[in-house]
Amino acid sequence: MATLDKKLDRRSFLKVSALAGGGMMLSFSWLAGCKPTAEEAMGLPKEWFELNSYIKIGENGAVTLFSPNPEFGSNVKTSMPMILAEELDTDWKNVFVEQADFYPERFDRQFTGGSQGIRQGWTPLRTAGATARAILIAAAAQTWNVPVSEITTSAGMIEHKNSGKKAHYGEMASLAATLEVPEEVSLKDIKDFTIIGNSKRNVDVEKIVSGKPLFGIDHKVEGMKYAAIVHPPAFGMRLKSFDKSSVSGMPGILDVFEVKVFKDDYQRNFFDTTTFPEIVAIVGNSTWEVMQAKKNLAVEWENAPESSFEMAGFGGRGSSKMTVPAGLENTSSHKERMAEYIQKPGTVVRKDGDPEGAFKKAAKILEKTYTAPFLAHNTMEPMNCFADVKADQAMIYGPTQAPEFIMNTLSSSLEMPKEKIQINLARMGGGFGRRAYSHHMVEAALISQKIQAPVKMVYTREDDMTAGVYRPTYSATYRAALDENNNLLALHVKAGGIPETPLHANRFPAGAIDNYMAEAWDIPSNITIGAFRAPRSNFIAAAEQSFLDELAEVMGKDPIEYRLELLKRAETNPVGQNNDYDPKRYAGVLELVREKSNWNTPAPGVHRGVSAYFCHNSYVAEVVDTVIKDSKPVVEKVFAAVDCGIVINPDAAINMGEGAIIDGIGNAFFGELSFENGVPNKTNFDRYRMIRQKESPKSIEVHFVDSKEDPTGLGEPFFPPVFAALANSLYKATGKRYYDQPFAPQLEMQNLKM
Amino acid sequence: MALFNLTINGISKQVDVDPSTPILWVLRDHLDLVGTKFGCGIAQCGACTIHLDGNAVRSCQLPVSAAEGASITTIEGLSEKGDHPVQQAWMEHDVPQCGYCQAGQIMTAAALLQQNPNPSDDEIENAMNGNICRCGTYLRIKAAVKTAAQNL
Repeated sequence: MATLDKKLDRRSFLKVSALAGGGMMLSFSWLAGCKPTAEEAMGLPKEWFELNSYIKIGENGAVTLFSPNPEFGSNVKTSMPMILAEELDTDWKNVFVEQADFYPERFDRQFTGGSQGIRQGWTPLRTAGATARAILIAAAAQTWNVPVSEITTSAGMIEHKNSGKKAHYGEMASLAATLEVPEEVSLKDIKDFTIIGNSKRNVDVEKIVSGKPLFGIDHKVEGMKYAAIVHPPAFGMRLKSFDKSSVSGMPGILDVFEVKVFKDDYQRNFFDTTTFPEIVAIVGNSTWEVMQAKKNLAVEWENAPESSFEMAGFGGRGSSKMTVPAGLENTSSHKERMAEYIQKPGTVVRKDGDPEGAFKKAAKILEKTYTAPFLAHNTMEPMNCFADVKADQAMIYGPTQAPEFIMNTLSSSLEMPKEKIQINLARMGGGFGRRAYSHHMVEAALISQKIQAPVKMVYTREDDMTAGVYRPTYSATYRAALDENNNLLALHVKAGGIPETPLHANRFPAGAIDNYMAEAWDIPSNITIGAFRAPRSNFIAAAEQSFLDELAEVMGKDPIEYRLELLKRAETNPVGQNNDYDPKRYAGVLELVREKSNWNTPAPGVHRGVSAYFCHNSYVAEVVDTVIKDSKPVVEKVFAAVDCGIVINPDAAINMGEGAIIDGIGNAFFGELSFENGVPNKTNFDRYRMIRQKESPKSIEVHFVDSKEDPTGLGEPFFPPVFAALANSLYKATGKRYYDQPFAPQLEMQNLKM
Repeated sequence: MALFNLTINGISKQVDVDPSTPILWVLRDHLDLVGTKFGCGIAQCGACTIHLDGNAVRSCQLPVSAAEGASITTIEGLSEKGDHPVQQAWMEHDVPQCGYCQAGQIMTAAALLQQNPNPSDDEIENAMNGNICRCGTYLRIKAAVKTAAQNL
């Protein structure tokens, strides 16, 4: 066994007795929203004993594990408890999983995003499981009067072989709960894992398929009111006035008022990206009634002047003045300005060797520019939130990826100390980064505070799509300098966007090229943007990996071979400092996908493209196989190879891979949001085209590199490489390169059906 | 406001709502049947799919006034114990990610198999094309429909 000196944050190991009240336990049963099934009920103990924040054990041996992070579909609610259960050494059959609410004193990092849940949860969760196991053993040693070192555990049983004594965990739980937490605990050897690495079914799947209330939008309490919001129709506009009387006589309408999300002097944190901080709320007796009133409300809007505010950096580091420009922006003028910036020098972020000199000597220069539009997240569950704000306390229940990032905002806006505000975590109907920005919680809370009653606020799909925190629009220009023998002399990337650059200057192929330069630029905008599944990577991977494909072609090299050649260079003789990847692991996924896809022998009529990318600590290579069937490009198959270290829950990891690949293909083909005079050109799924069953790849194979490395994340890394793998495959199918996302309009121009 | 008599999951219910109210909101707000989900409100995403006399319909576009006299089935009433072959297949394939669209997917699939117990790949794709899954579980959905067809 590996021994870990437990110098972690001790918050996680506080005993429940040290905490005020039992409110947390009550809130769980309240939140579960449905009675336990008969099978569950049979297994329920008479009494639970808390061994630490994550684990309680009943006298009958039943185990409850609290899943700390919010669940948006990446299946952390199953995989995080699997890690606890592994080190606790219990039988998964006896485990109940409950969603923890937001309790920063008890849980380490209740944030779902950045593909960090498993990576950052790995050691704390293992330690929590092992700590609980250690005190159960200590309790047995005390009860049986035998040395701790002679006691073994297995699947929830404790045994002392010499004396033949045996007990299940439940028999030792009450004593264990009173014992001191050890300073040091032993963690299992990887080879002894019995739960990690063995697929477990989604712990909520029965509730999902039978329609149980799991989501924030499903919540209801006695006396609850319903609210809709009305926001400005365009970016660059703000509320001037509204006429309450235009709706006050409508059936079921109770109140109409303005909601101001931020206090004037509030210093925003990094995730306080609020599209429209001043909105109108309509409160009534039912969702339908408030949605009807919303259509009738007479509102006057006005152009907003330039504004600025202080905003803290990511992770609270530093702060800077953010300026929101005035004006009603257009996609056509965005494109013109981006074209100008492509010609102008950017900010040099990295330079190795003498790229300018190399370009002067070049016999040939390959230069290509790639673009992608704004994207809306379009979570299937629109933004919504339940809030019950009383004079001295508040309870907020809704979909959020990041409760810790909205707590300060809630506290400031409600003028209530944080200790008086409870955020409970609903299962989210999708997140994709959008729900890291949780001002919908503040809106609901302010509405509840004003009407002095519990309220559920629900955005319409139109609200959700037109008041977004979008994926920015981006551009990247790649230039390669080649000598007369088509050897690469230098590479230059200049990438920017509105309002941020997608550049990752220290990622591959930096480190593999002697003369390299990376430049960034950005153009301010009042269109709000934020994290969208693999931020920045989701575009720059597409550009870079499409360019490398074209470059390999010009050089007369196989695209996988060429990438491996570059990675070999980065491994054996890296150029420059701070290269942000491990060339060996990068090459590993390319080699694996080459083998699994039989790269060199595609079936007749199959057009293949490859791409590989490293982001969010994981490596992914993908091969896309396209066929043209009845004048329609059909993605026949996708092969993915991934190195994310130890895989916790393989089938769920495969599901995540399949989903991200389908999401990427959908956005590459169809994803696009444009603006005219600040107004988004799509408001619902009639015009915003989402990938559907028919356009889905016909099959996907996901292969994991067999690894003993600590696990890294999966929610994002599958997503960025698929854009280029698809573009490179389509090039083989049609003879045309695809530089501008989305691809469907260009394919249609080629008389293909989309 | 007006009184409407509805038959939902085999049980008679009376609601007093505006005649234009879609069944979706009658179910969710007035009858506490929240398994049927709101996704788009314009019959484009399928999250709100229910059965009306056995046919899959989008409840967000079905006014309560048009549903009297019909038999409505929601996800909560598809089976007594959540064990309809489609639901079982969904569990077997561990289809959901976020899970939000899945009730609608299951209702569409159940209606398809009711009418066509042995659908081809093309028929499955056509029938399921109106249901968006933002998480991209389409392959598992298709596989689960096939499994359910075998177990019907």
